[in-house]
Amino acid sequence: MVTVEFKLFATLMEYLPAGAQDHSVRVELSEGATIFDLMDKYRVPRTQAHLVVRNGIFVPPSQRKTYPLQDGDVIALWPPVAGG
Amino acid sequence: MSWAGKILRVNLTQGTCTVEALNRQWAQEYLGQRGLATKYLSEEIDHRVDPLSPENKMIMTTGPLTGTMASTSGRYSVVTKGPLTNCVACSNSGGFFGAEMDFAGWDMFIFEGKSPKPVYLSVMNDIVELLSAEEIWGTSVWHTDEWLHAKHQDPMVRVAAVGRAAEAGCLYAAIVNDQHRAAGRSGVGTVMASKNLKAVLVRGTKGIDNVKDPAKFMNAVNAGKKVLADNAVTGQGLPTYGTQVLMNVINEIGALPTRNMREVQFEGAQSVSGEAMHEKRASDGKPNLTSNAGCFGCTIACGRISTVDKGHFSVENKPDYWGSSGGLEYEAAWALGPDTGVDDLDALTYTNFLCNEDGFDPITFGGTLAAAIELFNMGALTTEQTDGRELNFGSAETLVWAVEALVKGEGFGKDLGLGSKRLCEKYGHPELSMTVKGQEFPAYDPRGIQGMGLAYATSNRGACHLRGYTVASEVLGIPEKTDPLETEGKAGLVKAFQDATAAVDSSGLCLFSTFAWSLEDIAPQVDGACEGDWTAERMLELGERVWNMERDFNMRAGLTAADDTLPKRLLKEAAKTGPALGCVNDLDKMLPEYYELRGWTSDGVPTESTRQRLGLS
Repeated sequence: MVTVEFKLFATLMEYLPAGAQDHSVRVELSEGATIFDLMDKYRVPRTQAHLVVRNGIFVPPSQRKTYPLQDGDVIALWPPVAGG
Repeated sequence: MSWAGKILRVNLTQGTCTVEALNRQWAQEYLGQRGLATKYLSEEIDHRVDPLSPENKMIMTTGPLTGTMASTSGRYSVVTKGPLTNCVACSNSGGFFGAEMDFAGWDMFIFEGKSPKPVYLSVMNDIVELLSAEEIWGTSVWHTDEWLHAKHQDPMVRVAAVGRAAEAGCLYAAIVNDQHRAAGRSGVGTVMASKNLKAVLVRGTKGIDNVKDPAKFMNAVNAGKKVLADNAVTGQGLPTYGTQVLMNVINEIGALPTRNMREVQFEGAQSVSGEAMHEKRASDGKPNLTSNAGCFGCTIACGRISTVDKGHFSVENKPDYWGSSGGLEYEAAWALGPDTGVDDLDALTYTNFLCNEDGFDPITFGGTLAAAIELFNMGALTTEQTDGRELNFGSAETLVWAVEALVKGEGFGKDLGLGSKRLCEKYGHPELSMTVKGQEFPAYDPRGIQGMGLAYATSNRGACHLRGYTVASEVLGIPEKTDPLETEGKAGLVKAFQDATAAVDSSGLCLFSTFAWSLEDIAPQVDGACEGDWTAERMLELGERVWNMERDFNMRAGLTAADDTLPKRLLKEAAKTGPALGCVNDLDKMLPEYYELRGWTSDGVPTESTRQRLGLS
């Protein structure tokens, strides 16, 4: 098993389970689980996750279904957002 | 057409107002607003002029699309030589004032000289008058706005004014229009106050009746609006969370400057984020955010309208601040929050209210206070200089006291009005000023976003995110994702963003439209409205021309390539956490290529062939 921290922001916050603190939930997943597996577990639509960040580094769409999550990873998701 | 074709020249020394025809040839070369007004300024003043002397001029200017049916067409700019930077200053604002200028039939107001007594300019279509402002001198922007509305007995007049900060000589004073939209950066408000000009009031009833090809224009405008509506960022993201949604994004990727840029991540970011503005407060059960808001003609509506908890210490017994007002936007929230280490959302909101009420730039104020706190921590400042107050990172009380001191313009508040460069020089530690060309950084640490380091270093108005917002690409993936920790390719990226931005800023449209629009979307709208054949390629070349003209202005003002740099902290002190751990900004890897791509010498001077190619005299 691997344990990761899963963070959802902006409109994706509605997919957080009740009781989640600071946009975040700790999740246990089986070895080899991917970011898409993590998103599916919380029913986060893949099309809505525009900005996906692992430990602060952008994960391109092509790696979201292949990259195996590591113990201690912090995964953060945003819908399309901008500012300035 | 589309340009109104008329300029109002106001000689404040003589008290005269004269009408001039717009230079149509220059309009074809520089389009409007930022580009065209900078051309006028550059032709009319000595570039080495003292910005606060009567010899400096100040231009309020619209673009050819301002006030039209195009989305985001509420923009106007103030162009002058800035007292904070001694560079060309061009500060852009939204709201409704700019559109009203066009409805009254004016492309520009050029102010020159200095009035012997405080005055305001009243423009009612073609009827223009300089009227006494002695009764409102020494009062806030909000009071001035209310007073002028009452005096003129017309709820539809639009007012742009300076507050007490500008009058007290704060070097980063803003011009605030519609109460909470601001031409905020570089001290354009300080220039206005130095001319004894308190306010400009405009009412226009002419509408826009000179669009070149109305059918073509409306088709292009409608197509553009559909692009904005269908785009997830401009159609949903910005209206819902505003720019403030970036607080958690930038913190998560390790590029949120914290405590005078000593760190790159802030433990309290969530508490002052766009998401936090939606959360109900424990104290009164209401969220900070009241609603979103749009400027004239905008179909995005990213603006924030907020309230402070009536029980919060900052507004206790101050009912004037219990209502809703503008903010927080991301840059202000960052400067007042993470950069000073304060995570109290209500304290930030109140401080931002005062920035609007008395007209000064929250980015530079926050950066200056952060530097002052660091000076205090190291003992270079003591309570003897700070009116007996201790200055501490993370203290909402420090923040609120400091902003009130600045408004009063007395004691240490006077020092805070200098900006961090002069403040840090005064107290013997210039290295603690986080500035480029004297202007404070906005909310992106260039150790974690490499391209922004180059964008800051080469910005023509000092450190600024709105001269080349490569964050869009490096962080947000717009139009395509690039690696924020990589320097390769960033010279070209920065140049492309700078040129496109200069073009948009010359059109009358809002830069935020470019989260969805490219110049391919904007050019047909300009082409439908304006004489001449306007293509995306021509717009981009125009942007490059404007950029080089601004560069030329600054070099004539005495700046050199040595000014294209960053504070040592960002070049020598590595990031301590996050993805940029161990990284500094590698400016020296990007700058030579940038000069080459620009067609400049290795000393950063536009070559003769570049000048000829762009038609610069």
